[in-house]
Amino acid sequence: MHELSIAQSLLALIEDEMAKHGKEKLITVKVRHGRLSSVVPEALSMAFEVMTADSRLAGAALVMEETPVLLRCRDCSREFTPDPPTAAFAPCPGCGQELGHTVVSGRELYIEYLELE
Amino acid sequence: MQIPVVRNILEANANEASELKDFFAQKGILVLNLMSSPGAGKTTILERTLTDLRNELRMAVIEGDLQTDNDARRVAATGAQAVQINTEGGCHLTASQIRAALASLDLGGLDILFIENVGNLVCPAEFDVGEDFKVTLLSVTEGDDKPEKYPLMFHISAATLLNKIDLLPYVDFNLANASRHARTLNADISLFPVSARTGEGLDAWYDWLRARRAAKKKLA
Ligand SMILES: [Zn+2]
Repeated sequence: MHELSIAQSLLALIEDEMAKHGKEKLITVKVRHGRLSSVVPEALSMAFEVMTADSRLAGAALVMEETPVLLRCRDCSREFTPDPPTAAFAPCPGCGQELGHTVVSGRELYIEYLELE
Repeated sequence: MQIPVVRNILEANANEASELKDFFAQKGILVLNLMSSPGAGKTTILERTLTDLRNELRMAVIEGDLQTDNDARRVAATGAQAVQINTEGGCHLTASQIRAALASLDLGGLDILFIENVGNLVCPAEFDVGEDFKVTLLSVTEGDDKPEKYPLMFHISAATLLNKIDLLPYVDFNLANASRHARTLNADISLFPVSARTGEGLDAWYDWLRARRAAKKKLA
């Protein structure tokens, strides 16, 4: 449900960047979302489509790519992606430590690039 | 023309949250963002906390609620200041809603501000509201796999209250399992098995609040 407010923030940033670069038309916006961020891509796509339908952004493509989780072990500092990668957390493959890993990546939600005309 | 941007989509909220955080730091107010599924007993825990500590600490509550002001009325009945934010279907509170709500509160001499977020364990995790700590509440009627299902929420919470432990004999909830899962996600998390109904375990939670509040005051 919060994809609506994410889409709203996304549109505000797009408009801001378009003004900054003096462009009128959005071709593509590329969004990166971490596995641990609570974004449902289908829901964000739908919200984006609905909210741009009657605007000058209508027809623009929203491309999304998921970033896997990368953890750093508290004990041995080894960086690893949980196995299976769908798991959010896992024991360190180096030393077996289960607790206290830091999330290096996997929480992000950002615009990577815009294609403007 | 492709333009690399790399901007956090939620930067507007993040910026506003960090301004609020500075503001609360100057005032020395401890701010806690309370999150749970619906029905876990957030309001009951709050009522109890506000009542038990009212001679000791000045506390206020900002209530996020989908439609009604029932929760705010229950909280106000304890004598604490309460302000209701009607989210009108929104699934989380935002920093700007908190900023707006502050206008209705008397912040002078305030020790602790509780922000009771909208009841779900997903969306509020993405939206900081200027809090010092996130506190999750989980009731034993919900199942001990909740931490596994909502890893981010438990990863970013400083404390988890496991509520309704008076019901443990009647439900299929393994306290040790839930605790272990929570600690896997966050080794430093403080866990408080409590019953808001009987009062069991609440002293440890109160001590945690006292310690955090004292630490915050010292920095102000
Ligand atoms: Zn390790």
